[in-house]
Amino acid sequence: MLGGRRAAKRRGRLTFDRVSFMAVFLVLPLAIFAIFVISPFVQALYYAMTDWTGFSPDMRFIGLENFVKLFGDDVFLRALLNNVVLAIVVPIVTIVLALAIASMVTVGGPSTGTVRGLRGSGFYRIVSFFPYTVPAIAIGLIWAQVYDPSRGLLNGLLAGVGLDGFADFPWLGRATTALPASIFVIVWGFVGFYTVLFVAAIKGIPAETYEAARLDGAGRLRTVFSITIPQIRDSVRTAYVYLGIIALDAFIYMQALNPTGGPEYSTLTMSQQLYMVAFRKGQFGYATAMGVVLAVVTLMFAAIVFLADRLTGGRADGKERT
Amino acid sequence: MTALATGKARPATPATPVPLRRRRRTSRGDIAVAATSHTLLVAWAVIVIVPFLWTVMSSFKSTGEILASPFSLPSEWSFRNYTAAWTGAGIGGYFLNTVIVVGAALFIVMLLGAMCSYVLARFRFPGNRLIYNALITSMTFPLFLAIVPLFFILRNFGLLNTLPGLILTYVAFALPFTVFFLHSFFKALPDEIHEAAQIDGAGEWSTFFRVMLPMAKPGLASVAIFNFLGLWNQFLLPIVLNTDRDNYVLTQGMAVFASRAGYAVDFGALFAAVVMTVLPVLVIYVIFQRRLEGSVSQGTFR
Repeated sequence: MLGGRRAAKRRGRLTFDRVSFMAVFLVLPLAIFAIFVISPFVQALYYAMTDWTGFSPDMRFIGLENFVKLFGDDVFLRALLNNVVLAIVVPIVTIVLALAIASMVTVGGPSTGTVRGLRGSGFYRIVSFFPYTVPAIAIGLIWAQVYDPSRGLLNGLLAGVGLDGFADFPWLGRATTALPASIFVIVWGFVGFYTVLFVAAIKGIPAETYEAARLDGAGRLRTVFSITIPQIRDSVRTAYVYLGIIALDAFIYMQALNPTGGPEYSTLTMSQQLYMVAFRKGQFGYATAMGVVLAVVTLMFAAIVFLADRLTGGRADGKERT
Repeated sequence: MTALATGKARPATPATPVPLRRRRRTSRGDIAVAATSHTLLVAWAVIVIVPFLWTVMSSFKSTGEILASPFSLPSEWSFRNYTAAWTGAGIGGYFLNTVIVVGAALFIVMLLGAMCSYVLARFRFPGNRLIYNALITSMTFPLFLAIVPLFFILRNFGLLNTLPGLILTYVAFALPFTVFFLHSFFKALPDEIHEAAQIDGAGEWSTFFRVMLPMAKPGLASVAIFNFLGLWNQFLLPIVLNTDRDNYVLTQGMAVFASRAGYAVDFGALFAAVVMTVLPVLVIYVIFQRRLEGSVSQGTFR
């Protein structure tokens, strides 16, 4: 039968039907992909080594000069630092919150009977997932209003419970609070998505594992650290990488919350600076070099996460899973 | 917002094993833990919901009322802000542009993505693996690396600041994810069906459109929802590639409106604009909530 199919395929390869089919089905999508995705990525590597300002036809090849300049550029370095902070804090906070919620709704239920979650768990999952579907710019604008010093919801609430000191506190206007406040907005938007992801992963763990742990006298917290986290390690790692990539971009949120980069550049990100230098100042070569740094940092981040995962845990639980 | 409430409440009920709870005696410790957990979960739910409700409420208030107090209810529930945003701020036109761009891009990327992933999943030819890997790898590179060259590519094609240019770019950048997602669906379809169709005399074209495509419907639906959300929420591509005010899409129109609102101070209309941007995704979410969660759990992150 296998030989017969192969024969049929060989015969088919000569027909107009098959040739036209392959041509249209493969060439058309890949042409669009090559022109609009691959070629800009490749061109970027070249532009990053020119002093191109875009609208003038002349463009000098200046090698790594842009990169040398970048690492003496205090504003860009500040943006890089902010991005590193974001890439460390956003994933950790989001994952901790998502794991806590996921554990409560899946295995946080009563300690007798079958292992199960709390009542009404579906409700919490559905509510917290919703922000993931909302346009990031809308999230940013909503929170910019919530944080507003005088007419915002947050200060209204704080003043309402008697904390009058916060009556006019500019959350996004102080260098000390602007970044944490912005981080909270990003976390707020993504907790639900990763909760759903972790819920699915936890449901993949056999219930007997939890029951055995319970018989051995393990409490809920112990169960989370000794069973849940080791078992869903792969999901956590994936979540960490994705959230890090989001945090290294963070463009839309920051643009909505503090379009100018915040007080003393405290919330400026590389992406914002790139956008400004390219499309406001017209320094396209220099901006593309920033894009290269952003890409390198992103890939390094992913590599570090994978390496850390391999170094810390590959041995301890790798055998059990496979 | 009532639609959201009912949509949320419905799936919550079957998840709880009610009869089991009745029979067993819950210990005091369990009650304490359950109470703490519920408190935390309710607190998070409140933190998620309240900003949305506050936005909806504020969208009915006049700017004067908004400035006076963040909590006061609107004196009258009129849609004045909505008409102001829709016509005055041009949100209506942006909405239409978004529907056109997202609709067209979604249709094209689903078609091309299905075709491409079908060929990659079911035909063996040299370079197959290379193409697939190129598609997957492209997803890990930041869009910001490509954005400057992309601007000039579109300009050279005369597509800058045009809706077709934006549609093509949307298609190109949604394609890798679409192929990645559908690849496994087409791979999983049994060979026998393909053979049977061929024996019945169907060519490759009709085998795909009449037999294989309909069979991949669940996968198509899931990836279409993700693409819809991704494209509807897209922000960077339009603000760079589509700077002609008449062609604005909703997200960028809203951002521009917000930056202007700082001076013109029509906060009521700004809230109304936000509500009108969120409403379509809310409707999609309520309708497809289960499928969306299902696909997050199964396909996307493997």
